[in-house]
Amino acid sequence: MSATALGTSSQKSDSPEHVDQSSAPLHTEELLSVSHVSLSFGGVKAITDISFDIMKGEVRAIIGPNGAGKTSMLNVINGFYHPQEGVISFRGKKRRRMKPHQAAASGIARTFQNVALFKGMSTLDNIMSGRSLKMRRGFFWQMIHVGPARNEEIRHREKVEEIIDFLEIAHIRKQPVGKLPYGLQKRVELGRAMAMEPDLLLLDEPMAGMNLEEKEDMSRFIIDLNTEFGTTIALIEHDMGVVMDLADRVVVLDYGKKIADGTPEQVQSSQEVIDAYLGVGH
Amino acid sequence: MLYREAGQFKTSYAADQALLPIAQDRIGLFVILISAFLFIPAFTSDFFIGAIMIPFLVFALAAVGLNILTGYAGQLSLGTGAFMGVGAYSCYKLATYFPDTNIIILILCSGVFSAIAGIAFGLPSLRIKGLYLAITTLAAQFFLEWCFLRIEWLYNYNDSGAIEVPQRKLFDIAITGASASPVARYLVILSIVALLTLVAANVLRGRIGRSWMMIRDMDIAAELMGIRPLYAKLSAFAFSSYYCGVAGALMVFMWLGSAEVEAFDINHSFLILFMVIIGGMGSLTGCFMGAAFIWVLPVIIRAVPSMLGLDLIAATTEHITNIVIGVLIIFFLIVEPHGLARLWQIAKEKLRTWPFPYSST
Amino acid sequence: MDVLLSVFVEPFQEMLAFPDFFLQVIWEGFVAGVLYSLIALGFVLIYKASGVFNFAQGIMVVFAALVLVSLHEMGVPAWLAVVLSLGVMALLAVGIERMVLRKLVNQHDAILLMATIGLTLILKGVGQLFFGGEPKPMITEQLGLPTGSTDLEVFGGLVILQHIDVAATVIALLMVIALAVFFSKTRIGRALRAVADDHQAALSVGISLNQIWAIVWFASGIVALVTGIMWGARSEVSFALEIIALKALAVLILGGFTSIPGAIVGGLIIGIGEKMFEVYWGALLGSGVEAWFAYVLALIFLLFRPQGLFGERIIERV
Repeated sequence: MSATALGTSSQKSDSPEHVDQSSAPLHTEELLSVSHVSLSFGGVKAITDISFDIMKGEVRAIIGPNGAGKTSMLNVINGFYHPQEGVISFRGKKRRRMKPHQAAASGIARTFQNVALFKGMSTLDNIMSGRSLKMRRGFFWQMIHVGPARNEEIRHREKVEEIIDFLEIAHIRKQPVGKLPYGLQKRVELGRAMAMEPDLLLLDEPMAGMNLEEKEDMSRFIIDLNTEFGTTIALIEHDMGVVMDLADRVVVLDYGKKIADGTPEQVQSSQEVIDAYLGVGH
Repeated sequence: MLYREAGQFKTSYAADQALLPIAQDRIGLFVILISAFLFIPAFTSDFFIGAIMIPFLVFALAAVGLNILTGYAGQLSLGTGAFMGVGAYSCYKLATYFPDTNIIILILCSGVFSAIAGIAFGLPSLRIKGLYLAITTLAAQFFLEWCFLRIEWLYNYNDSGAIEVPQRKLFDIAITGASASPVARYLVILSIVALLTLVAANVLRGRIGRSWMMIRDMDIAAELMGIRPLYAKLSAFAFSSYYCGVAGALMVFMWLGSAEVEAFDINHSFLILFMVIIGGMGSLTGCFMGAAFIWVLPVIIRAVPSMLGLDLIAATTEHITNIVIGVLIIFFLIVEPHGLARLWQIAKEKLRTWPFPYSST
Repeated sequence: MDVLLSVFVEPFQEMLAFPDFFLQVIWEGFVAGVLYSLIALGFVLIYKASGVFNFAQGIMVVFAALVLVSLHEMGVPAWLAVVLSLGVMALLAVGIERMVLRKLVNQHDAILLMATIGLTLILKGVGQLFFGGEPKPMITEQLGLPTGSTDLEVFGGLVILQHIDVAATVIALLMVIALAVFFSKTRIGRALRAVADDHQAALSVGISLNQIWAIVWFASGIVALVTGIMWGARSEVSFALEIIALKALAVLILGGFTSIPGAIVGGLIIGIGEKMFEVYWGALLGSGVEAWFAYVLALIFLLFRPQGLFGERIIERV
């Protein structure tokens, strides 16, 4: 993103250091911490010795130029990649190797840079799929599909309908997602992640390729999600305006290393960040 | 009669999630079931029932099995014939050891053994995908075929190497063996197929079916939603193989009466696969359409030239059938990858909005 | 104990006791392996260039050989029959490209695989319709291929070398060399490799995908004809070969889908392995193990090295 985007961002009204007047809690309880994580593929270093933390209830942005290792970082957090070094602790539990489904079970959800919806299924089924972990009925009940299995299905359907209302996608409920426009697909993907009712939601460029209106909608959903449902959010985003508006704190990566960490204001004024985005003059 | 859903308002999620939410579909299914259970036995010949309806139902059930694995869970299998064989031989052995148990129970149990075989040969699917997996199912096909031939215990050390179906009765009516009437066998098969199809439809619309489709559509995302690939894939293999196994047992006990290894060879695996492709992957209705199509097509190809006064030898019709099926497969893959079932669905969509196709979505 | 002995000790004792027989087994396996390699080679060519897993390769072998033999039956001289058969394979390649591949661009792998299964059915039906379903002898002598055999004296025993087997090996070797030269030295070969790496990038520098696909299908048609001649000369030309040709799929798993050396080494491993397994261990299980050995070996292999002998490790990205 350009430096002008960096400069023109608006100010966030309440930084986490200040006690705010509204109902939002102080972000002091640590939800996730990444310490000294390094990841490489063959000889290529994707992430080098990165440490940061995410507090409960905050919106944490991860930014950096292309190829800085942002997506790799998310992949490490939800267990898709296993770092060679370093420890990740989520809700106080330390772990080194974890399978993605275990990460999901422990309360981490995510969306993808390139929409990763289940293309053969409807919007409804896609969001219902987010409830998978919360459904319990075994094979027997599934086979006869009366009583408990049916009730369970309906109970979760009600939850899913709330999400559909929240995201304003009721009109595409029964449509196969493969044919939806890109912006709506992104929204459905957010819905699917919401359906997991995660403690930590990782959003990988939720607004990439969207027009202004769609971005505004998406920002509104993210803010509501954070304030109304109290979901902790970590997002990767290239639009600096959005990042500065949404994020409580920002971590900046460049070439797999962390070069800055702090409130949007602090990060914006960091010389290293400006260099990373503009290039260093020699 | 009009195919309209106007005025059918759903007032509960239960009604919206029903298997057939549209009233006309429910009526249609009801009519089909009534004619299948009453009219066909009452008004058609033994030949029609024995040579067309029974094989059709057996193959449709096997196609349901394969479709669960390939169409819903996305795991291509070329070993359907062998899994049918496991069901057939298991049923034969069970009938030997438990001569007094009701044969229908034995047929339903024999599927369990092919489910176990399915799990065993499905294990590699955890590490490998797509085409590679298709090749491991070939291993299942050839290895199991070899077992059916070489393990004499499986066919009770017969000299012929074939399994012969003993006579069994239900309510004093013979339903297997030489003296069983086609109608009796047909009704038993029909009941089992209808029941198992309902069960499949239920599983497919619930949590487990959804987990299979998640794995099919995007396995990485599925895993990040908390689906364990191990469970999802193996349960699909088990469930699918169970259906194939029951179909195999039905094939021998209710249709052929006796069978050798050739009944379960790779050509049958392909035949079932063709039914699934032409009928439509990921559609239960398609399984029945595909099975009907592939089984009836040779009959038509035999009938048409003789009606025109041409005299074709049997081998020639078989070759023409091959060509026609081959062309149709490619045609469907190009024009409508979702098969006959999708064509049917499109026709229904058109009907729903006819005569004002632009007035709704 | 007896079982362990007969699995782990006795076969090896037998190998040492009769080294000439052992050599004979290896040679037989080797020649079978060469033929598997040739079929696998046809697969690899097409897979590399178009990403299509050509299930029809086996039937193409049968089809090519049938065309050749039938043409000769009709009184066409052998050399002309070869030329005409090549012409038929070229037409087939163009036809497949026009009617099937062009319509299925960018489809999922499995869809393309199934399309080639449909193709298999068509070729089988057409072949049987025009040339009949019965096995036919290959016109070995008319093509100038050697037929006799030589007895080699080794380890105080005899190893019998069929001349046709030696010829098959030599021809296979020459063909692999020719392909290697074609791929690395010619303009079309370079275009082919470009297409194999990235379809869209190749398109953007002005390579015609359709042309390349037709060429590559023709190339594997040539390979199919040669394989068909060799196979036919060793036994006969029949549709039974179609099932045996499926073993080439197991070869591909060992060698990797895109590696020509892999196809060759994999074919030899399977050919020699299954012969040895059949001869020395088959009796324990009741013979006929050749039918599944290749696939089970491939399956076990897959569990430990899914990318094949020469394949690159795949890193999945999200």
